[in-house]
Amino acid sequence: MTALLSLRGVRKTYPAPAAARGRAGEEARVVLDDIDLDVDRHRCVVLIGASGSGKSTLLRVVNLLDEIDDGQILLDGQDVADPRLDANAVRARMGMVFQAYNLFPHMRVLDNVTLALRLVHRRPREEADAAAVEMLRRVGLAHKATAYPDQLSGGEQQRAAIARALVHGPELLLLDEVTSALDPELVGEVLDLLAELRGEGRTMLVATHEMGFARRVADEVCYLHDGQVHERGTPEQVLGDPQRERTRTFLSRLAS
Amino acid sequence: MSETTGARPWSPSPLALERAAFRRAQRRRSGLVALVSTALVVTAVVLVVVGAPGWERARTAFFDPENAWAALPAILEGLWLNLRVWVIAGTVGTLLGLALAVLRTSRIPALFPVRALAIGYIDLFRGVPVLLVLYLVGFALPALRLEWLPTSSAFLGALAIVLTYTAYLAEVFRAGIESVHPSQVAAARSLGLSRAQSMRTVVLPQAVRNVTAPLANNLISLQKDSGLISVLGAVDAIRAAQIATTGTYNFTPYVVAGLLFFLVSFPLTRAVDAYQRRRGWGRSLATVTGGGDIR
Repeated sequence: MTALLSLRGVRKTYPAPAAARGRAGEEARVVLDDIDLDVDRHRCVVLIGASGSGKSTLLRVVNLLDEIDDGQILLDGQDVADPRLDANAVRARMGMVFQAYNLFPHMRVLDNVTLALRLVHRRPREEADAAAVEMLRRVGLAHKATAYPDQLSGGEQQRAAIARALVHGPELLLLDEVTSALDPELVGEVLDLLAELRGEGRTMLVATHEMGFARRVADEVCYLHDGQVHERGTPEQVLGDPQRERTRTFLSRLAS
Repeated sequence: MSETTGARPWSPSPLALERAAFRRAQRRRSGLVALVSTALVVTAVVLVVVGAPGWERARTAFFDPENAWAALPAILEGLWLNLRVWVIAGTVGTLLGLALAVLRTSRIPALFPVRALAIGYIDLFRGVPVLLVLYLVGFALPALRLEWLPTSSAFLGALAIVLTYTAYLAEVFRAGIESVHPSQVAAARSLGLSRAQSMRTVVLPQAVRNVTAPLANNLISLQKDSGLISVLGAVDAIRAAQIATTGTYNFTPYVVAGLLFFLVSFPLTRAVDAYQRRRGWGRSLATVTGGGDIR
């Protein structure tokens, strides 16, 4: 059986800033360097690594928010990096949650959640509302359906964003450091929700700085360094007994 | 969490009372200083104006109640034309400006020539004085003798104002569109929304909201500039005032017209200010920590 998501030799560069172009040593920056990665169905792969190691970019290119320079992104065996494909339809099969929630501030929480159902999945208003209310109930926000995002706490906003990413039943859930912007006492409620989703057998690709969370939910942990998968394995292997020097250094810096 | 967390009963300490007394005394002192300085300024202005050698003549020439009353009906009728031009030009200019701003962001290849034209148009009309556009439209267009084109000076004047203000308003909307953070677009597109769908449902509502103040300011200045159509001979409030002054050498009608323009725009400017003070998207309006009262 093929993996739900497979990255094959994915390469991504960002052009050098215009001011630096042409100067020696200021060529395009390689953010993803020949990445191979598989996420099997009902599995959770966690990406760890320092800021700038390419975690967020990896999630963005999988979600087709950025184009790759080379390689393949296979979703259920189909190469979705192919520019001939309808990217909107591909994106609609995934759900992405961002570090800064990115809720739409001018819409009520309910409308944030129903937007894709109504516009992309063409569900009638009542049906979309019912599905959204049910999803909000799941994340413990049914009572906030008619509130606006700026009336919610950070943890509530992020749970609303998770509801928005889940309501259309995506095959793959992409989570980009979803607790990094939260106050420490609000991190728990979001991580608990994610662990629950993991328990339901959702397929997840997660970038995080929370090693405890990685240990708790990951089937596989990938340590990214300079755009390459530097070390990978089970959480016990990578977090408990890292084989490579860089991984050890990174983890020890987190612990201190 | 189980214990009750109600606030404990409080009565102000002597320290707090002493500080409150000091603040009251300061407020009284500030009030007194403001009063005295206002009285001084007003007296000075009155002395200069009333004491001026030409005051008596100026008063009868600019503030003659009888003259004002006589000119009022004609000026009001002219103002009605200004208001119609304002509403129509404002509506058309807003819609066209919005359309142009959205067009500039579109990537449909077939629309390339339209986009290029739009950019050229906006650059041109932002850089040419309204008065000049009025003269060109008002005198050059009728010279073409196009049968289908109305030649009334009110229509041509309104057309010139629409041409100019569409360019201004397009720039206002463009600034609004650019003010919406790219992460909002990323969130919309990641849900599968198309470029057009995310523009319509996510970007534009926030863009318009972000530029309410400059938008309203442009519409208010359009209201005043509607008086410029008088240079083409349309009998608006300003032209009506001008007609009333001929022969009498009494300029009171201009003051009346000015007062009427002010009476229309003043509530608008205040309404915009009040709207601007409200923040947040929710109905309860989240409180924003202000810097106004920092000691």
